[in-house]
Amino acid sequence: MLEAVFWVHAIIAIGGALLCVTRRSPVASALWLIVTLFATAVMYVLLDAHFIAALQVMVYSGAIMVLFLFVIMLLNLGDQLATDMKGWFGRVIGLVLGVFVALELWVITSVAPVDQIRLPAGELVRMAADEGAIGMVAQSLYTTYLLPFLLTTILLLAAIAGAVVLAKRRV
Amino acid sequence: MLLGPALGVSAVLFTIGVLGVLIRRNAIIIFMCVELMLNAVNLTFVALAQQLGTDGQVFVFFVMTVAAAEAAVGFAIIIAIYRHKETVDLQNLNLLRG
Repeated sequence: MLEAVFWVHAIIAIGGALLCVTRRSPVASALWLIVTLFATAVMYVLLDAHFIAALQVMVYSGAIMVLFLFVIMLLNLGDQLATDMKGWFGRVIGLVLGVFVALELWVITSVAPVDQIRLPAGELVRMAADEGAIGMVAQSLYTTYLLPFLLTTILLLAAIAGAVVLAKRRV
Repeated sequence: MLLGPALGVSAVLFTIGVLGVLIRRNAIIIFMCVELMLNAVNLTFVALAQQLGTDGQVFVFFVMTVAAAEAAVGFAIIIAIYRHKETVDLQNLNLLRG
């Protein structure tokens, strides 16, 4: 049952990604990307990452995709008359390189983690019941990864300042 | 166990993202394909976090933060370029080609 739900959403995600890459209009691409992001959020839930799934819906398909659509409409790129696909030469090169990437990833993904460091089955479900779905992430976020977490705040501040400086008109 | 299928799906999604970057010329769509690749990597992290502990989910959190920062700065650059060139087609942006 779980596997069936997973595969349905895997197919939706892959189909949405393909349509996102091939649609001519940027708005259609953005909407298909949102479909992919939602299907991936469902896969996160099936992989016991409920908090990450919520973040995915709120931050990715909420905030970031709204930013995409906002810029598309600000620059008035909604209706593209000519396609922006590369010619057949570029497509063949792209396809060959894509096949190479796929083959490399296939080798990497066929490797399973060794049994010694693997958690017992259902460990994450038990942790979520103990500490809560957010608590189990927050626990290591605020202890082991406290310094990287604080550094991301500086990163976000720099990004905000950089965006304002880059996008503002000459004064 | 969904580890194998999840890694496979994330490999496929990453490859589609790479293909999109390689065959499109619209800067905004290339940006979306980069987000697609980040998303595929997140799926790998989450799938392995189920087996190896919650550290993977913490990393997804960081990846999302970096993606948000990257989107903000990237769009600022795209808007600045659009003011100069009136286009976001990468074929017309060849200042560095010499």
